[in-house]
Amino acid sequence: MASKNREADEGAIGMTDFVPGSAEEAAVVASAPAELVAGSVGEYARIWLKRIRSGESGALPVIIGLIVIVLIFQVKSSLFLSAGNLVNLMTQAAFIITLGMAEVFVLLLGEIDLAAGFTAACGAVIALYMVAKNYPWWLAVIVTLVATGAYGALQGFIITRLRLPSFVVTLAGFLGLSGVLLFLISATGSIGNGGVIRLNSNVLNDIEGGALSATASWIVMIVLVALAGLMMYLRDRRRRVAGLVAPPLSITLLKIAVIAIAGVVVVLVGNTNRGTLLLAVRGLPWVVLVVLAILVVYTVLLGRTRFGRYIYAIGGNAEAARRAGVNTNRIRVAAFALCGLTAGITGIIYASYLGSISSGVNGGQNVLNAVAAAVIGGTSLFGGRGKIMDALLGGLVVGVIANGLQLLGLSASAQLMWTALVLVAAVTVDALTRRGRSTA
Amino acid sequence: MTGSPGDGARPAHAGRAPSGTGQGTATIDGPLLQLRGIGKSFGPVSALSGVDLDIPAGQVTALVGDNGAGKSTLIKTVAGIWEPTEGHIIWQGRQVHFRNPRDATEAGIATVYQDLALCDNLDIVQNMLLGHEVRRHLLLDEVSMEQTAKQTLKDLRVVTVRNIRQPVGSLSGGQRQSVAVAKAVMLDAKLVIMDEPTAALGVSQTELVLDLIKRLSERGIAVLVISHNLTDVFQVADRLAILYLGRLVSVGPASDYDTASAVDLMTSGVSHRTGNGGNGGTARTFDSGPEG
Repeated sequence: MASKNREADEGAIGMTDFVPGSAEEAAVVASAPAELVAGSVGEYARIWLKRIRSGESGALPVIIGLIVIVLIFQVKSSLFLSAGNLVNLMTQAAFIITLGMAEVFVLLLGEIDLAAGFTAACGAVIALYMVAKNYPWWLAVIVTLVATGAYGALQGFIITRLRLPSFVVTLAGFLGLSGVLLFLISATGSIGNGGVIRLNSNVLNDIEGGALSATASWIVMIVLVALAGLMMYLRDRRRRVAGLVAPPLSITLLKIAVIAIAGVVVVLVGNTNRGTLLLAVRGLPWVVLVVLAILVVYTVLLGRTRFGRYIYAIGGNAEAARRAGVNTNRIRVAAFALCGLTAGITGIIYASYLGSISSGVNGGQNVLNAVAAAVIGGTSLFGGRGKIMDALLGGLVVGVIANGLQLLGLSASAQLMWTALVLVAAVTVDALTRRGRSTA
Repeated sequence: MTGSPGDGARPAHAGRAPSGTGQGTATIDGPLLQLRGIGKSFGPVSALSGVDLDIPAGQVTALVGDNGAGKSTLIKTVAGIWEPTEGHIIWQGRQVHFRNPRDATEAGIATVYQDLALCDNLDIVQNMLLGHEVRRHLLLDEVSMEQTAKQTLKDLRVVTVRNIRQPVGSLSGGQRQSVAVAKAVMLDAKLVIMDEPTAALGVSQTELVLDLIKRLSERGIAVLVISHNLTDVFQVADRLAILYLGRLVSVGPASDYDTASAVDLMTSGVSHRTGNGGNGGTARTFDSGPEG
């Protein structure tokens, strides 16, 4: 259909012809991903800075915040950045991160799941009861995830079919499941004697307690970085071959280098001896791999599948999604089911961290920490904006504060109040940059 | 109650409309869409009655009328939001029953409502292909989707959009309208219905959208535009259809009308002014029954 003279318009659509420094350029960089507009590393950095100034800061505030908090703790206590404490931090933050990832699915829809903390706890009871009854650990995990996923789907079904607010439905779930938790533990009889079920499985205990060997840690990290790098390289190359605007090779390489450096640092920390001279303890905790695996799978699910695209569409404009032929009810129910399933994974990680599950689990605080983690990371409570990565970064912030204040010997009261301040600060920074964008 | 070819046997040229389309570029045998005796009541309230209207391909038909004249009711009937209480819809010579918007979309009727139905958080490509994503190895094929979207925008000469990977929320009103229209065109729409496309736009943005409407008709697509703004209507429309209190009071080539006669027809249903001589298609009122 395109006649020859229309070819001349190509440049404008291809956005390669703007004049640097012009008002038009400012409008473009304010909204376009830098790697798609830049032609060189220098230009990339320049556009990136411009984007940040105009309010599209991405993950930058939370990363800067994380660095500042880490520096403060390191100044106050030289133990903070020791290998032992950092590995400790990874194991402590893991369940907040995964529960935050669970919440991202429903937060993207503009919904919330307040019951997820107790979904996790009830899931843990199922898993621990089954391994105590000598069922294989993998069967226990499967049954747990099916049960928590089904519970999430039930909540989603009630919310979508009856058109009830998720806040109220999951608040009821929160209350109901805290009762179910007590009931389940007492129903296990002698296994849950005294309100505590011990984790009776070496494999599940090793998620938080065990570690890969130093060599295995290196191999796994190298394979992961190589795969990530290859994927990024191939994707950019495919765009270039197809004649679409693609980032220059230098930027692709730069990104791969950043991932590689992060991987090397994590492995170096994990492989530093954190035991005694006589009894060396080295290697990455298994839970790091579990969290990374969930991160990769969910990032692909949200970013590269129809299901993920529809979640964003519903969060952005549910009516538009409906008119485009999207079965919005089914997507919503599936998102709640995934939230429940991920809460189930969290429950197992949590039980592995504690070595047991008790009737005293504070599922309320856990879920609020998880929502805080997602929001600190940059996920919007109003839907349509957020990434799985947000839960990781935000969960690290929440975990670092808890860990650091504990290390300084501060009480739980101080921990809670500091977490609150950081949450408010994170939302304020987000709102301010956003305001800058809308007036720009 | 699915579409059957039978009733479409009524000769396509029976209507008076095509006779007046001297400047028409349509080449198909009959009008793309024929409405025959369409009526719609909500309980005791009759919102539309006895509407006979032909929409030819490759032309812009403007549907005008005062508030409450039944414009929205009529396009919602064509778009499949609801079924008419009486009369029938003949689409490409076949009688059809659109039971839901999806039926109409699949037939090739795309409706761009005033709210545009865009997701502000998604980029242009994602919005244009929403619900029709292309997959490759089970994952979304962003490259081919971006190429398709880019080509469509290029064909429509939507060149003010500088980056098709920017979120729709960052676009101007006219650009948003363009994206919504491009989305409709990409689904192979043969008829694009636009509800007040220029209502919320400034002068230059209005120009952009009117250009786009002309380009659609050049591509052989039928366009049905609802508008209050007679200036815009006369700038872009090939044909005018005027509704008054739920009845189609006049239809004919736009050149048969001027602003004064159109306003008369919109506000009172009749016009005694000159300037609308044409084919005698003006200032006729209908009974609810079909009329020869």
